[in-house]
Amino acid sequence: MNAEKSETIIEVKNLKMYFPITHGVLRRKVGDIRAVDDVSFQVRRHETLGLVGESGCGKTTIGRCILRLYKPIAGNIIFNGRDIANLPERKLRPLRRGMGCIFQDPYGSLNPRQSAGSIAADPLRIHKAAKSRELEDKVAAIFRLVGLDPSMMDRVPHEFSGGQRQRLGIARALACQPSLIICDEPISALDVSIQAQIINLLEELQEELGLTYLFIAHDLSVVQHISNLVAVMYLGRIVEITTSEELYENPLHPYTKALLSAIPIPNPFVEAGRQPIVLRGEVPSPANPPAGCHFHPRCSMAISECSTVRPPLRDTGGEHMVACIRI
Amino acid sequence: MTELLRVDNLKTFFKTYRGLVIAVDGVSFQINEGEIVGIVGESGCGKSVTMLSVMQLIPIPPGKIVEGKVVFEGQNLLEYEAKGIEMSAIRGDRIAMIFQEPMTSLNPVLTISRQLTETLETHLHLDRHSSRSRAIEFLKQVGIPDAKLRVDDYPHQFSGGMRQRVMIAMGLSCNPKILIADEPTTALDVTTQAQLLELMREMIRRFNTSLIIVTHNLGVIARYVERIYVMYAGRVVESGLSRDLFSNPMHPYTIGLLNSIPRLGETRKKRKLVPIAGLPPNLINMPPTCAFLPRCTYRIEQCEKEPWPELREVGNRHNTRCYMDVTGKK
Repeated sequence: MNAEKSETIIEVKNLKMYFPITHGVLRRKVGDIRAVDDVSFQVRRHETLGLVGESGCGKTTIGRCILRLYKPIAGNIIFNGRDIANLPERKLRPLRRGMGCIFQDPYGSLNPRQSAGSIAADPLRIHKAAKSRELEDKVAAIFRLVGLDPSMMDRVPHEFSGGQRQRLGIARALACQPSLIICDEPISALDVSIQAQIINLLEELQEELGLTYLFIAHDLSVVQHISNLVAVMYLGRIVEITTSEELYENPLHPYTKALLSAIPIPNPFVEAGRQPIVLRGEVPSPANPPAGCHFHPRCSMAISECSTVRPPLRDTGGEHMVACIRI
Repeated sequence: MTELLRVDNLKTFFKTYRGLVIAVDGVSFQINEGEIVGIVGESGCGKSVTMLSVMQLIPIPPGKIVEGKVVFEGQNLLEYEAKGIEMSAIRGDRIAMIFQEPMTSLNPVLTISRQLTETLETHLHLDRHSSRSRAIEFLKQVGIPDAKLRVDDYPHQFSGGMRQRVMIAMGLSCNPKILIADEPTTALDVTTQAQLLELMREMIRRFNTSLIIVTHNLGVIARYVERIYVMYAGRVVESGLSRDLFSNPMHPYTIGLLNSIPRLGETRKKRKLVPIAGLPPNLINMPPTCAFLPRCTYRIEQCEKEPWPELREVGNRHNTRCYMDVTGKK
């Protein structure tokens, strides 16, 4: 990878996002859900970082913090060289023009009573990025870009199929020509034969427009296909981060190994030689995570030190970072 | 190998205000003792409706099983009344089913104990005390910790994976001959999915139960299933041994599916995905020609003129519903 040549478009440093647990009529705070617990990473221009992990691991919360839909309790979010973690709403708006977001549910994330053209035009209106005369032409151009027919602009979302709705969601995200797009589970609600259409569209758009993606998903085979770098999360922390190829060929963290082995490969000849590592128990609650390494109660390599020391994310060479003291 | 269940030319239609939905259009399949069979297809292809028809759980109206036979141990189940005593004796006891959503298929106002013992009391005529101890025994077997205490919990006190464990326990509690699992792990995380599928395989081996897995996940099929039926628009388009179907798919839809899914370890530099163009068909007012025709890249003139072909044999237990011989053209 050409680390020196490429500039960093977004950098997250020691990001923490806790949600308070309240109790009783006075809503007294009794604890914290540690959704994101000291996470750092960076994404370079024109590249894709995949965030993967099981439900509740904090991957969506990271996406929302970057969009500043949440105000993180600590840490820095440096977008295009500027720390946006503590900016007030007023100053955020012009910066948000540079970010787009694609959501999981193409049914819930589009207003059912708004026409498709108007949905895609919303960001342009909000950011005053187009004069009203040009609006229609601009939207038509975006429609063509994502493979929708501009004649569908007057229709409402329920007239679209699942795949078309997701294309509309992508059109809206692209309207203001952002440099960074947060894709939060963009294909998991779609049919198998439609998923590849959307993956290919996202890949083509990236090459054409030079986009940077933060791709959040639980399906590691999809994440690996689209991403340059993949970060594996467990209970609010990144446990391993490396290139897509390296993650598959040489996973280091015991959780990553279990995750990889749990995913069945659609090839019975390969499967015959694989044995899944079945993890003990379930993911603990983020309200009361285990001390030390969060993974130690389920880990086959755990030693007594694992329950006391928080393993730092350290470089093992060649862009491969892992948070485990046993490696 | 003895044949346990055979479904012949099953047709299930639904009357809707927009027209007649032909959800299952002449599906045939069979399963032998101790076998694991997979039914693959996208949402709306009729795989769940086929299984619900076997169990006679189709809501009538709007649904109706129009034609076909479901022969289980020599007896055609469709001759029985859906709500009759004979069907009730088979459902849950001889053939059990695990449903898609572990969140909604358990009754939220009954304890786990009550939901498990109900089946046992109905089918095995056990008394309160012995059905309860058998329920606890089963919860232990499916790996619920502190089963003795947790048996009196309500479903909301269990996590998604635990609820699906309870469903497995419930499905196997009467020692059925066949277990039908309809998308058993779709709503769950991958590591939980692996835990549950391994558990299910171990349990059905122990009880010598046959398993039908209904899923859209080709990976799960490749890992667990011996024989596959691929469904599209209410029909079986290809069937055969798992190894043959994956290494030598003979129907354009199966080929398309296999080319469109990303595989672990494959980045975009290695292989670009080839999506299937277009959309799955609307099941109302279907044309008589092959339903896959508008999306097919292998089509020939014959396809547009003639109705859907019948399944034809292309290898050992390998059948495809296509006029084209795709050998050498993949």
